[in-house]
Amino acid sequence: MTAVAPEPGPGDGGASHCPGCGRPLAPGPGGADAGHCPGCLPPLDPPRFCPACGRRLRVLVSPRGWRATCRTHGPLGPDF
Amino acid sequence: MPDQPSSSPSCSTPSGRSTTTPRTDAAAGSAPGGSAPVALLRRPSGEAAASCPVSLPPTLSPQEAQEALADAREALLGERRLLRVEELARLAALPDDQVAALGALAHEVRLDRLGPTVEVEGILSAKTGGCPEDCHFCAQSARFDSPLLATPMLDDQEVLQAAWETKASGASEFCIVLAIRGPDERVMARLLELVPLVQRTTGLQVAVSAGILTENQARRLAEAGVHRYNHNLETARSFFPQVVTTHSWEERAETCRLVQRHGMELCCGVLFGMGETPAQRVELLGQLQELRPAEVPINFLNPRPGTPLAERPLVGAWEAIRWVALARLALPGVLLRYAGGREVTLRDLQALGLTAGINALIVGNYLTTLGRSPEEDLRMLEDLAMPVGALSAAW
Ligand code: SF4
Ligand SMILES: [Zn+2]
Ligand SMILES: [Zn+2]
Repeated sequence: MTAVAPEPGPGDGGASHCPGCGRPLAPGPGGADAGHCPGCLPPLDPPRFCPACGRRLRVLVSPRGWRATCRTHGPLGPDF
Repeated sequence: MPDQPSSSPSCSTPSGRSTTTPRTDAAAGSAPGGSAPVALLRRPSGEAAASCPVSLPPTLSPQEAQEALADAREALLGERRLLRVEELARLAALPDDQVAALGALAHEVRLDRLGPTVEVEGILSAKTGGCPEDCHFCAQSARFDSPLLATPMLDDQEVLQAAWETKASGASEFCIVLAIRGPDERVMARLLELVPLVQRTTGLQVAVSAGILTENQARRLAEAGVHRYNHNLETARSFFPQVVTTHSWEERAETCRLVQRHGMELCCGVLFGMGETPAQRVELLGQLQELRPAEVPINFLNPRPGTPLAERPLVGAWEAIRWVALARLALPGVLLRYAGGREVTLRDLQALGLTAGINALIVGNYLTTLGRSPEEDLRMLEDLAMPVGALSAAW
């Protein structure tokens, strides 16, 4: 609904938001290079926020996998 | 109440053990299987919040430790009775260097009652987040600022897909978990469709965890073929009000009794590491002895971001083994299942729990967090020469 400024998606340029808290990632080590802010995403958690736009993801965790969907950017999988 | 089989770390370090509230008659009562009932489960109506009726002795000397272990062995394998709460309190005061011996006794008791078989289960959060309750450990409560997005109930295909994944992991049981206080009619209607569908399609036994039940709901779920119903006590009655305020421990215990009354197996789990004392853990084990569940999943707090318990420390790995062993010695004939938090709590000691009383596993992922791969767990069982199969409690 609301116009969203173009953001890089999972397939076009990598993460710009932290998948643990959704905030924009600072450039460099400990931020964009690591893919999340320090200590933000516990090691056994799937992403909770879209790495492209920072929206909360719909996450389905099943016994052998997980699937996350962003309303704007569509599905993400364990390989994102 | 989908509780997390989530996990959490915990608190009590060996040096932080102890706490002394006066010993009471209730604490000294004998347990089921024995004779005189312990008064840990019910308390007179109208009484205010309970205080912990258990006290632990100071850390035992080497000789006291040997005596405590020998007495427990004789009670469980000789007299074949349940340990009393005071006996469990004594074992809880064993020094750290006796935890391996405690685990060895627990393993012997497990083999004696249920053999080497390990039951494997998969679980699925079929309705995630947005729960009106305030369980302080749970990322699915709508009351906390958790990063989880609440999602509506999954459709049949999504549930079936998860059930097939469970089956492919060698499991015999599949648990459908909903983050709700209790089912309304709409949820009941879905469950009454889903349970027979999953059972018929995959051949798996189906368990459900959907919170507080009414008599009528328990009856209908049993009629629909629910094999086990999960409803955790989580913690001792005396500690419960510190971690949940929107429903009472007694309401949980009442649903547990309803489940059994209607012929479903009761799966009633614990969550260690929320700040409860060792004496309260023993209190909880006594309360479970009175309830006599078929299965007890053991969760260790895995502190969830945004929840009131987010900053709690993890339970120490060796301390976790101590409580696994104590749970087996308190509940010799139950399925004692590794549930949430084992990966972060036990790390390299995960196999040790299986030689200290554990005889069931949740494999793969949990409700909202990930576990290690089912293949790793199956390899661990193979290495331990423990076959996979379905089990029933042997109280
Ligand atoms: S908050 Fe809701 S979903 Fe979480 S444990 Fe409590 S009752 Fe279950
Ligand atoms: Zn972050
Ligand atoms: Zn997005």
